[in-house]
Amino acid sequence: MRWGVITFPGSCDDQDVVDSLKLELGQNVQSLWHKDELTGHFDCLVLPGGFSYGDYLRCGAMARFAPIMRGVVKFAESGGLVLGICNGFQILCESGLLPGALVRNSGLQFVCQPVHLRVEETDTPFTGGMKKGQLLQIPVKHGEGCYFADAATLDRLQKNRQILLRYVDAKGKPTAAANPNGSLENVAGICNERRNVFGLMPHPEDACNKLLGSEDGAKIFASIAAAVNEKAKRDG
Amino acid sequence: MRVKIFISLKQGVLDPQGKAIENSLHSLGYHEVHNVRVGKYIELEIDRASPAARELRIREFCDKLLTNPVIEDYRFEIEE
Repeated sequence: MRWGVITFPGSCDDQDVVDSLKLELGQNVQSLWHKDELTGHFDCLVLPGGFSYGDYLRCGAMARFAPIMRGVVKFAESGGLVLGICNGFQILCESGLLPGALVRNSGLQFVCQPVHLRVEETDTPFTGGMKKGQLLQIPVKHGEGCYFADAATLDRLQKNRQILLRYVDAKGKPTAAANPNGSLENVAGICNERRNVFGLMPHPEDACNKLLGSEDGAKIFASIAAAVNEKAKRDG
Repeated sequence: MRVKIFISLKQGVLDPQGKAIENSLHSLGYHEVHNVRVGKYIELEIDRASPAARELRIREFCDKLLTNPVIEDYRFEIEE
């Protein structure tokens, strides 16, 4: 399968994603430039973490209008897989590919620490390789990671089972203390209704090697690869 | 002509910055202050002939770029 990782001006975790995919998971990865139109065939596009456009105006507000995003939106609308990590999640919300918004951490501090996540749904390409209720340990590093959506949207997300990851404590309980940024419902990651676009604040690319403390991030990338390969066999 | 855009967080969106500022004001003795909310102010110059077209364009780019309607409200003033 082919991964495309986009670099916006100010992206800083793009290379970590490329390295983790290539070196830890042996994947075929291409780096994509924000100014280019999206061309070629991809199975999954990644919008990485960082501070695109300096987080000026609002995080991701300007990146959503980058030339490459025209192709990303079309790709998503045609069912292609899109993964937004941290700033990437912010860009997906700003572009309307995911509902809600990410605002300033409720504690006002930039949070940089490993968190426990609970897998809520497994019928998606992003979590298909995991079990419901499974715990993952993946680091977060952000200042604006508080997920917000109005009551009607939150209700819809719950009904449609679009909340894929929640912040939990070591025992798997979604407590306030386990919530690093004040996100409503302890939401750490959500998908769209069609389940082909996934945004999460934690950084799976930083949890692909025991030396970095956890290999749980690799499980997300592996789920995606498995889903794509399975689909290829079916369409074969 | 100059356009002044006032952007504020929607009611219901948590504003921890506003709360922190309120606490600071209280610790300075200004206990009469409540419900501090922090917004944004953007100023720009615009050339457009007809007032109607101008207003439409301003609303367009406010909705599209300058604000996030999920979390923000806005109003603007045009200085002739």
